[in-house]
Amino acid sequence: MLNAYNILETIRMIQDECLDIRTITMGISLLDCIDTDIDKACEKVYAKIVKKAGNLVKVGQQIETEYGIPIVNKRISVTPIAMLAAACPDGDPVKFAKALQRAADTCGVNFIGGYSALVHKGFSAGDMALIRSIPEALDVTQNICSSVNIGSTKSGINMDAVKLMGQIVKEAAVRTADRDCIGPAKLVVFCNAVEDNPFMAGAFHGVGEPDCEIHVGVSGPGVVRAALTKYPEATIDEIADVIKKTAFKITRMGQLVGSRASELLGVPFGIVDLSLAPTPAVGDSVAHILEEMGLEMCGTHGTTACLAMLNDAVKKGGVMASSTVGGLSGAFIPVSEDAGMIDAAVAGVLSVEKLEAMTAVCSVGLDMIVVPGDITPETISAIIADEAAIGMVNSKTTAVRLIPAVGKKEGDTLEFGGLLGSGPVMPIREKSPAKFINRGGRIPAPMQSLKN
Amino acid sequence: MRAVVTVIGKDTVGILHKVSGICAGYNVNVIEVTQSVLQDMFAMIMLVDISAINADFSKLVEKMDFLGKELGLSIHTMHEDIFNSMHTV
Repeated sequence: MLNAYNILETIRMIQDECLDIRTITMGISLLDCIDTDIDKACEKVYAKIVKKAGNLVKVGQQIETEYGIPIVNKRISVTPIAMLAAACPDGDPVKFAKALQRAADTCGVNFIGGYSALVHKGFSAGDMALIRSIPEALDVTQNICSSVNIGSTKSGINMDAVKLMGQIVKEAAVRTADRDCIGPAKLVVFCNAVEDNPFMAGAFHGVGEPDCEIHVGVSGPGVVRAALTKYPEATIDEIADVIKKTAFKITRMGQLVGSRASELLGVPFGIVDLSLAPTPAVGDSVAHILEEMGLEMCGTHGTTACLAMLNDAVKKGGVMASSTVGGLSGAFIPVSEDAGMIDAAVAGVLSVEKLEAMTAVCSVGLDMIVVPGDITPETISAIIADEAAIGMVNSKTTAVRLIPAVGKKEGDTLEFGGLLGSGPVMPIREKSPAKFINRGGRIPAPMQSLKN
Repeated sequence: MRAVVTVIGKDTVGILHKVSGICAGYNVNVIEVTQSVLQDMFAMIMLVDISAINADFSKLVEKMDFLGKELGLSIHTMHEDIFNSMHTV
């Protein structure tokens, strides 16, 4: 509706409250690039990505101008590379990472996600080689993201993969210790990974998806918070309603941008992911929304309840606004990317244990958490197992993106810069879970999986 | 096809003249003009018809942006769809 109030509200949301389209992500299937000759496969991968996404950045800029909405990132997600590696077992999978990097450079996107493997039930051809190559791949490339799905509600948790991933995360950190351990910042370990997530580092193009599609990731924690400041005395259900309505407007913007991008690129519209994704910038924090709801500091008692309400209200508002909602859609809690979270962690109010509880009620997992550099691979694996158990039992996606700060301990800080922010090293329990992790095997699928 | 040109900031003599001058140059017809003062923000909102625009829409946006910087105001030029989509069920 074109009235002055609405127009000014929209402009204020964009200008003052950090409303933006966080990403437009093109999902591209590389199944037709499979080749038993790895060099040929890499050429096909490069050629297909450049053909499909050559215009992505330009179209993004055109839409930004047309609607006056910032589109912060233009990204690409691809078929889990393990599937291509499977056909050329004698080749080094890192070649695929380098081909993806060349494609990212040509297209001008800031990340390509999909250097991934899906091993929730077990390992098949290509998976082991791909996973073992992850630390090197993330060391020699800058703009490639990787993910491994180690469990699901339907299949249980692959504890052999969990044990391996603890080692891989640690190795990725050690290899990039001279660059603030940036390696593991580009690696996500999932349970119940989704096939159409447009956000990094966990984006990949699932095999059930079409050949090519465009997804939109909206954001706007600042907008939600600003809306709440007008209701200091309202009851919880009243502010749930405010959040819902705000989420509606934010999502509608995503829907509009997605439809327009789909039109201009000649590619089907995938999903709108209506996640509230924070950035380190002032006024763009999810933690501050929780504090606006009435907590003195994020991480204190009451945080889980507030986040549960926020996550749910965001989804309810967003679902009405879009033809297809997908991805993760909820509230993100990446510690290093959220100014309020960083403050709460530094103050010792926000702990890993609290974050773990929060992951049970929001849309992601333990994200961008910096841990002491001497953390053992077994402890990393156990943290992954804990997160996966929460996801498996509650039929939701959970994930772990942990950064072992090599050479640093509790009280130090890692600086990634840009959207990845900076993180204080958070304390971890020292008692060892090694015997549990070294058993390997599988945590069987829970009763919830037997829905048929 | 319509767009909305919003001028926000301090009211000055000649804004309407300059903005509609740019529109005329691009063959953009002004349909409606309103002025609002909302929470200390002075805003002049123009609904314009861009269906017969004689250049790329982005050029109009750039020109308006530039005028805004010249006059010390912020001028937003946006396709109407964004407002229609966000504020209607």
